[in-house]
Amino acid sequence: MTSLPTLPERAAGGGSEPRDSNQLPDSTGHFDQFGGKFVPEALYAALQQLEEEFRAAMVDPEFQAELAGLLADYTGRPSPITLARRFAAAAGPSVTGEPATILLKREDLNHTGSHKINNVLGQALLTRRMGKTRVIAETGAGQHGVATATAAALFGLKCTVYMGKVDTERQALNVARMRLLGAEVIAVESGTQTLKDAMNDAMRDWVASVDDTHYLIGTVAGPHPFPLLVREFQRIISTEARAQVLARYGRLPDAVAACVGGGSNALGIFADFIPDAGVALYGFEAGGDGIDTDRHAATISAGEIGVLHGMRTYVLQNEDGQTRESHSISAGLDYPGVGPEHSWLAATGRAHYEAITDTEAMDAFRLLSQTEGIVPAIESAHALAGALKLATRLPAGPEGQPPLILVNLSGRGDKDVDTAISWFDLDTTGTGSESGQTVTADVEAAHGSDLQPGGASTGAGVEQ
Amino acid sequence: MSADLGHSGQVFADVAATGRGALVGFLHVGYPDVPTSLEAMRVLTGADGGSEGVDLVEVGMPYSDPMMDGVTIQRAGTRALERGVRTRDAFAAVEAVAATGTAAVVMTYWNLIERYGPEKFARDLAAAGGAGAITPDLTPDEAQEWLRVSDAYGLDRIFLVSPSSTDERLTSTLAACRGWVYATAVMGVTGARTTSSTLAPELVRRIREADPTVMTGVGLGISNGEQAREITAYADAAIVGSALVKALLEAEDAGNPSDLSGLRAVVADLAAGVRSGQGARSGAGTSRPTAGLVGT
Repeated sequence: MTSLPTLPERAAGGGSEPRDSNQLPDSTGHFDQFGGKFVPEALYAALQQLEEEFRAAMVDPEFQAELAGLLADYTGRPSPITLARRFAAAAGPSVTGEPATILLKREDLNHTGSHKINNVLGQALLTRRMGKTRVIAETGAGQHGVATATAAALFGLKCTVYMGKVDTERQALNVARMRLLGAEVIAVESGTQTLKDAMNDAMRDWVASVDDTHYLIGTVAGPHPFPLLVREFQRIISTEARAQVLARYGRLPDAVAACVGGGSNALGIFADFIPDAGVALYGFEAGGDGIDTDRHAATISAGEIGVLHGMRTYVLQNEDGQTRESHSISAGLDYPGVGPEHSWLAATGRAHYEAITDTEAMDAFRLLSQTEGIVPAIESAHALAGALKLATRLPAGPEGQPPLILVNLSGRGDKDVDTAISWFDLDTTGTGSESGQTVTADVEAAHGSDLQPGGASTGAGVEQ
Repeated sequence: MSADLGHSGQVFADVAATGRGALVGFLHVGYPDVPTSLEAMRVLTGADGGSEGVDLVEVGMPYSDPMMDGVTIQRAGTRALERGVRTRDAFAAVEAVAATGTAAVVMTYWNLIERYGPEKFARDLAAAGGAGAITPDLTPDEAQEWLRVSDAYGLDRIFLVSPSSTDERLTSTLAACRGWVYATAVMGVTGARTTSSTLAPELVRRIREADPTVMTGVGLGISNGEQAREITAYADAAIVGSALVKALLEAEDAGNPSDLSGLRAVVADLAAGVRSGQGARSGAGTSRPTAGLVGT
């Protein structure tokens, strides 16, 4: 890391733009050239109202108290940090010869199973504050849809969730959860039938329904003020984690790692560390089959600056500016854009972005399951795979300690078991037994690799 | 001070002087394919002799993420992209329309202009004989570069206003327009609707109040000649898109994508519709004077 100013209160422009994006966006919603509001005029009034309510709420002690109460009593915050000792050991030695210290911020333990609930509860309170009675949401993996449906049930709001048809098929369990919670789920059949198309359809709904409906965007993307307000509602992740790491280790982490699709869990765990010049920030994008192929969702690593979904940001696009189809094994990262603040952090060099392939992510998915007893979301597994790489290459801590790496474990993997079954070719019949005697002793030999970390593998693409 | 009518606003004013409202028709370049789309645009202008045609053509550029568009325009745009339509094809379409003597504007989401290069886009559009562009997801707030290059090449810039626009935004948007302003009749996306909007007359009234010299086109949901006549009783132009695109989709679904007879019939109905009314500036349905509307 090069040293960065810790007090970034400097005038913008003239090459001295603020180095701390917490002071951005500016009043028009820009992170320098990124962000903004590229939306139909019909939505301007609603975005303006949302920004005003948000700014008023953030300084309203009653709002803050109610949100804090929900986060504690409903979500179960603060989420703990967990030392992943066996996982770190499997990464191999750090430059010190000892394994790196890998800490997991356990957003997977939140009610509904991911960090998404943090933002949803904040926006649900804003919805009520604005006097609106209906929420709509886009969802990829279904985590944000489930969180939104949950908050809608809690607050008595009507709820419609837009989900790409392809995603409803690979995340059927979450579709069922949303229906159980009383939400309407619309399988979007336009375009590529994934997250970006769900977002288009949610926008179209909103243009027509804006009087009584709030569009509860699930990530730090879209037109201003969404990137700002979602960051602020997710900031609690880093506020807690920073204090937890300081209390336990007496120092800040050397690196913070998160997966990046739209980028809300990443900004949540980055936010309070952005002014800490000594803390390196790493975002891991979905590399799919590899960024040298055309099947990936690594927007910052392989995209170019453009306008999508109301913001200027890095976009996967063709020569004419048509959005390219993205690919990731993880529905939640399968998005050809990225939040504008990430584009700013990348362009200024404050954060680093790398791509993790499907195979690397699934290897990390299995490794964490088998070394720590924690089944991560496949999204979060991208951050874990990134942490495995950082563990062996980061420099030692300030006093020669093994590097201290904080990973945002943004969600749990229950929803991903079907994907894992087919990826690892898991045998779900179990080992046959009769009166306590194993009948088919060969099951272990045939499928043992699924159960043994680092063992030889028979499944597609799981070589270690 | 009166509004800058540019090229396309002057078309509306000239039509108004003949005692009727103007008709604007939208079709994509590239659907059902590029050559047929150019032929369809000639039908739209009436150059094929099928009808009196529209007064202004909107050449739509297909886009992968058209968030202001309903299913009809999405479907045609998606097919056009699958068949390989390119941004540069829009200039060929503009040229084809201009060759008939009818004015043309391009309708496009901003990223396509940004990617092509705003300066180069403005230059090539002007060179093709285009009057300007409608930008559904670009408001004056984000339009610094577009304002600059459209000035440099003398192009009209048509921004949208909505029933939800505040008075303040209405005024600033009108000031940024050149040509005319696109008033969205309903809160919603494009698509033919069977009932007329109740929000549109009030929006047009507010526009007139803010600046009576601004030319106003009303779009979203207009599907037939009768609706077009209703709209042009209070607005300067009726804008039709999905109903025209639907005629082309139906031809393809019937197995004959190059059959333009359905389109021809819709255009004829719309052209007759605006001609059955007197227009918003005739004095019949309005108390506003027409003086000062022309000659800018």
